[in-house]
Parts: sequence; structure tokens; C-alpha cells
Amino acid sequence: MSTYKAPLIAGRVFGNAVLILAVLTMVLPFVYMALASFKPGSELYSIPLRFFPDSIYIGNYQALFGRTSFVRWFINSAIIAIGRTVLSILFSLAAGFAFAKYDFKFKGLLFVMLLATLTLPIYVILVPLYTMMIRMGWTNSYASLILPFMANAFGVFLTRQYLLSVPNELLEAARIDGASEWRIFWQIILPLAQPVTATMAILFFSAAWKDYIWPLIVISDDKLFPVSLGLPSLIGPYQQEYGIVMAGSFLVTLPILIIFLIMQRRFIEGIMAGAVKG
Amino acid sequence: MQATPISPATPVVHATSWWTRNQRKVAPYLFVLPFFIAYGVFFLVPVVSSFILSFNKQVGLSTPTFIGLGNYTALLEDPRFLTALKNTTIYTACSVFILSPLALLVALTCRSFVVPWANARSLYRIAFFLPQLTSFVVIALMWALIYDKDFGLLNALLHVFKIEPIPWIRDEQYSMTSVVITAIWTFIGINTLYFLAGLQSIPDEINEAASIDGANRPQTFFYITLPLLRPTILFVVIQAIIFSYQFFDIPALLTGGGPSDSTLTLALYLYQIGFSQFKLGYASAIGYMIAIVAVVVSLIQFLFFRTSQDT
Repeated sequence: MSTYKAPLIAGRVFGNAVLILAVLTMVLPFVYMALASFKPGSELYSIPLRFFPDSIYIGNYQALFGRTSFVRWFINSAIIAIGRTVLSILFSLAAGFAFAKYDFKFKGLLFVMLLATLTLPIYVILVPLYTMMIRMGWTNSYASLILPFMANAFGVFLTRQYLLSVPNELLEAARIDGASEWRIFWQIILPLAQPVTATMAILFFSAAWKDYIWPLIVISDDKLFPVSLGLPSLIGPYQQEYGIVMAGSFLVTLPILIIFLIMQRRFIEGIMAGAVKG
Repeated sequence: MQATPISPATPVVHATSWWTRNQRKVAPYLFVLPFFIAYGVFFLVPVVSSFILSFNKQVGLSTPTFIGLGNYTALLEDPRFLTALKNTTIYTACSVFILSPLALLVALTCRSFVVPWANARSLYRIAFFLPQLTSFVVIALMWALIYDKDFGLLNALLHVFKIEPIPWIRDEQYSMTSVVITAIWTFIGINTLYFLAGLQSIPDEINEAASIDGANRPQTFFYITLPLLRPTILFVVIQAIIFSYQFFDIPALLTGGGPSDSTLTLALYLYQIGFSQFKLGYASAIGYMIAIVAVVVSLIQFLFFRTSQDT
């Protein structure tokens, strides 16, 4: 990546100042949130505002684990995210493979339909999906939070795109050697598809983790709340101890942050997947 | 070895099974089957069902009654819907005319100036990505604290400049601004990264050739960089529009749509109608109104991409 060197030192200083300001603006609210989680209510609601806590106060975290169902919510979010991710990856890989490497009836039609429906926002199906959940008795169950998300058209799209570059000769050679189509899928395609699988894993997992509106619609039982429902539910009872809410928010952000730091490249590839077009 | 007599009535048995011979033809259907069953049941059926429902009146799980275009005509006269439409359009306009240019500016700054040390680029990237990693719920809760009138960070900063505390999210005058600021903060990072990717794909030779030909910086920017950046700009703008029309989590948790519907979005209105008031038919119509916008915008993008490929 080349840089267009600024002619003046002053220009460079200004440029870097702008960047540092931008970075600070991004980071400051997070830092504030983390610090707030270590302040008791009295410090949080003091005037004048103190940015740094007087001392590390762990009472918020104690309350979070002791008095709220935070652990439960966290586990729920994990179950939902893992469930959705695993299922939709499997379905996407299989379907993407078929679209990439086989010819079958209606293939073109089906693919166009997939593309077209990618543009539809989820709001179009919320209402009937909800009544479906009621009729199937799935409200307040993990089923309603995981199963409707098994089919991810974007995943099929990504997989197909990726698998198109797998040489057909490879598959033919395997067939000549007597491998069944199923074996080809499991022993050749799946290992080859690791990069796109990682990308899908990141995208689907973080989308599931962040999902608010759907759990809001189908879950009313506190025991099944994911963190996205649990955290807002703390606001009422713990209004005076907002530090607890901040503690929960901080802990919820950590896992994704850590995964991101480890898998930066994959993460960025995933989120940019739509942007980089040929 | 004795040959087995084969009579015309006995079918010839091959050494391999039907499956082995035909699996290559049948396999793709089996591979796509799980996906399409789930897709059909949980997506296609609801899409059609929602369409039909939008022409009906249904409250709760009672039997729907057909009312033709009744929901749609009612929407066009519904003050709350029109307010939501106005607000959502304002959010969208801010995304397109404030957020996107700002992101481009930051991206240009990133590109134009030498970064002091090697790992700084990585640091910038992490920082810009942070809001994308966090759930909107967390963002809303975080900003609720920042916007607090008495104890919030923003008003504390204003206090330093001797400015009166502002009731950011509690007052109609400022609520929209508050939500817009939060939205810009949330999305500027990823858009900056999109623009950086776009800028990176412009070969340096072009800039060099331009300066050899005597073009100065502004000229290079307007006549070379911007046109080459067209696909990226298009993508960013389209994404911004689509996202803005589905804006739900942040207004819902930061202001609840208020005060007095000043920050109500279409998505939030749909939620209230469909899942607080259970007017399912009406909500379906709202859903389709949102969908119409998304589809039209995507179509425009599709057509534009076609034409830009041809150049």
C-alpha cells in the first residue's frame, strides 16, 4: 500500500492528528464503559464527573454474577450463536457446493431466486414467522431462536463463489478412484473450504450474538434470554447502579474482541465480503 | 462356467447398484435439499404469507378479514407512520450526506499521510472496527450513559467549555441529533475501511501520471480519484440506505422512539404495531413498505454496477 507523502511536515502532523482524534473517538466510549463498570453507583452519579474510578470496585461484577442471571444469559447467547452457526454453515456448504460444481434442473432459476431474496429485509417475514412459532409451540424455546436461521442465502452465495475455483479435475480424479459424491464432499470439499467456513463462522456467530429483535419477539421467559435481552432488562431494577449494566456490557464485548484480535484477517475478509467486487 | 439363461422377462442386473450409477445426478439435489427445505419453510412461505396478510386485517391470532388495499391507504394517512417515514429518511440522508463523506475524508487522511510506525495501521484498523464488533444493544447502553443529562460524559465535556447541560435523549429537540451521532459513530469505522479498500485498488501509476501531466492535488482528486472510486461510493451509499431503513436496535434502546415519536423509525413502528398492538395485517403492510425501499435501492445498485462494468 503506497502512501501519498504530504509535502509539508505540518501537513503530516495535521493528518496524524486527525487520525489520532478519530481513533480516540472510536475507543473512548469503550474505555468509558469499561471504567464505569468498576465504579460504584455513588461514583458514577457524582458531580463533577470523574473519568477514572477512585479504585477498582468489583461490586458491580459481584452483583452481576450473584444477583442477576447473567451467566445464564451468556450461556444462552452461546448456545444460540453456536447452534445457528454450525447449522447454517453445514447447509450453506452443501448447497454452495451443489451450485458450484454440479448441474441440476432449475439451478439457474433457484440461484436467481436466492440472489433476489438477499435484498429483502427481515422485517418482511417477522410477523408470519412469529405466528408460525406460536402455532408450532416454539415460542420461548431454543428451537425458535436457532432453527429459522438454518438457511442462510448469503452463506450459499459465499460458498459457491469460493468453491467455483476448485479445479474440476480434482473431483473427477476422485470419482475415477471410486469416491462417492458424499465422500468427495466430506473429504475433499470440506477441508478445502476452510477459509470460507471460517469467514462464515465469524459472520454468522457475530450476527447471532448481536441479534436483538427476534429474541425480543419470541422470548418472554427470563431463563431463555440471550444477553441482548438480558442486559436491557437490568436497566429498570439497577438504574441506580448502572455500573452493573456496564459490567455486563463489557463482558459481552470481550469474547468477540478477543476472537477478532486472533483472527483479524478472517474477520475483516468476512465483513468486507460484500464490498470487494471484481 | 455355466451361463445363466437370460429370458426377456428377467431384467439385466448390472454389477453396480442404481445408486452408484446415478449418484452424480442425484447428489446435487440432496445437497441443496436441507437448505431449500429450511429456506422454503422459514423464508419463502413467510414472505408470501406476509404479502397476503398485508391485504387483510388481523388482530392477534383471530381470523384475518380481507380488506384489499385498506392497510396501505391507512398507512399513507397514519401520522405515526409518516413521522416514522420522515425520521427514517432523515437518518438515511445523514448516512448518505454526512457519514459517507466523513468516512471518505478519514480514509483519504489515512492514505495521504505517512503513518509514524508500522503497527499503527493495525491499531487504526482495530479501532475503526470496534463498533462493528459490538452488539447494538451494548452500543445503545453505552451511549445512554454518555448522553445522561446529569452524569453523562458529553455534558461533562460541555461543562468544561461552560456550556449548559443538554438533555440529549430526553428532549425532542436533541433526541434525533443524539441518535444520529451514535449512528455515525457506529458506522463510520467500517465505511472508512470500505473506502480504504477502494482507494487501495487505484494504482499509484495513475496518480503519478497525473502529477507528471501537471495536475495538482484537488484536480487529481476530483477528476481521477473520485471517478475511479465510483463503485465503492455506490456500495457504501447503498449499504447506508439499506441499513438506515432497517434501523431498529439503537433507537429502540436509546430513546424508545421518543420522546413523542421524534426518533421513531419504520422498523420500530413495525415492532410496536405488530408485537405490542398485535395488528398483524397492518404490520405486514409496513414490512412490505420497508421491503419496497430495500428492493428498489438494490435494483438501482444492480443497474448501476452493470453500467460501471461496461466502462
